[in-house]
Amino acid sequence: MNINMTLIGQTIAFAIFVWFCIKYVWPPISNALHERQKKIADGLDAASRANRDLELAQERAEQTLRESKEQASQILEQANKRSAQIVEEAREQARAEGERLVASARSEIEQEVNRAKDELRAQVSYLAVMGAERVLEASVDEQAHRKLLDELAAEL
Amino acid sequence: MAAGNEVSTTYYIQHHLQNLTFGNHPENGWSLAHSAEEASEMGFWAIHLDTMGWSIAMGLLFIWIFRKAGKMATTGVPGGLQNAVEMVFEFIENMIQGTFKGRNPIIAPLALTLFVWIFLMNSLKIIPVDFFPVLFAKLGVDYMKIVPTTDVNATLGMALGVFCLILYYSFKVKGVGGFAKELSFTPFNHWALIPFNLVLEIVALLVKPFSLAMRLFGNMFAGEVIFILIAMLPFWAIWVLDVPWAIFHILIVTLQAFIFTVLSVVYLSAAHEHH
Repeated sequence: MNINMTLIGQTIAFAIFVWFCIKYVWPPISNALHERQKKIADGLDAASRANRDLELAQERAEQTLRESKEQASQILEQANKRSAQIVEEAREQARAEGERLVASARSEIEQEVNRAKDELRAQVSYLAVMGAERVLEASVDEQAHRKLLDELAAEL
Repeated sequence: MAAGNEVSTTYYIQHHLQNLTFGNHPENGWSLAHSAEEASEMGFWAIHLDTMGWSIAMGLLFIWIFRKAGKMATTGVPGGLQNAVEMVFEFIENMIQGTFKGRNPIIAPLALTLFVWIFLMNSLKIIPVDFFPVLFAKLGVDYMKIVPTTDVNATLGMALGVFCLILYYSFKVKGVGGFAKELSFTPFNHWALIPFNLVLEIVALLVKPFSLAMRLFGNMFAGEVIFILIAMLPFWAIWVLDVPWAIFHILIVTLQAFIFTVLSVVYLSAAHEHH
């Protein structure tokens, strides 16, 4: 076993290889590894964030759906109520109108009856005068007895 | 090689444990060593061509694979090679987070380089011990020991690199005074015990690179010797021992690379600590 210059040669070779490794081998591998680590970490982060977002969105969608359903049922209820009301109102109006018509018809009839009565009265008085004339064979002065006759007619 | 007489057995083992040495021989001048004696006669001014060549090849393989993966690295879904590279990367990063207490951007790439490089160098062990020596002998090269971590020069070289960083950061983080104070006043915080502390701490400090280097070298060298011994069995019996030992070495190879890396990080972490 001879110790010789190989010792120094080996030390120099060692120094050169270490230097080369420090300068050209370590940095690219180290960078790539750490970058990949960061990328994976970022990816995982993004995935969990997306998951959370999705959950939130689902919740929101559910809530919106629930609200809209509620609203729809409310609107339906309102509409039902309103239609019932309208029907009720229409019925009320119809009844009032009917009653009004009946009342007006009745008053017209009454008027008609009154007019007929009046006419009848006038005729009756005339007929009575005529009859009396004929009975008396003498002409009663119409002018003179007008007042009397009118009183008679009004009594009818 | 079937077991022959004692000389050829010894020769076989020695041959497999001899590095291809190029150096300044006192008689032949700058040349390749043709025997273990020649190699040791070259003294310090020699270099193990196989150790350097294979370790640099493995280092380049590491750089190439990881650079490629780094270039391809996207933030999207990773492919096969990228997955494997990123697995190693994250393994190292987690290890650093667990053991390194300070903040220093150099430590993690350093640990990655150490771990993968040592792992690749150790892995050469799984290649059958005779394969490359025989191949290179055909090409006219006498010796070829392909596992760099079975050469103490290689492991000690890396450990010295780590040791330099330990010293550098000790001085940088604690300052000269702080470092001196730490060496003088631990473990016994009393002025009378300063010499004792100094001896203890300096020994402990100096032992760090040697323990790193020797642990890795010892494990790999012993494993290699056993592979060589197994290879001397009759050819039809080799696999009976060789296969379990190789499978066991998948563990050893990884474990030793890991231990070297973790201990380096722990030492460097201690160098960053303030007292």
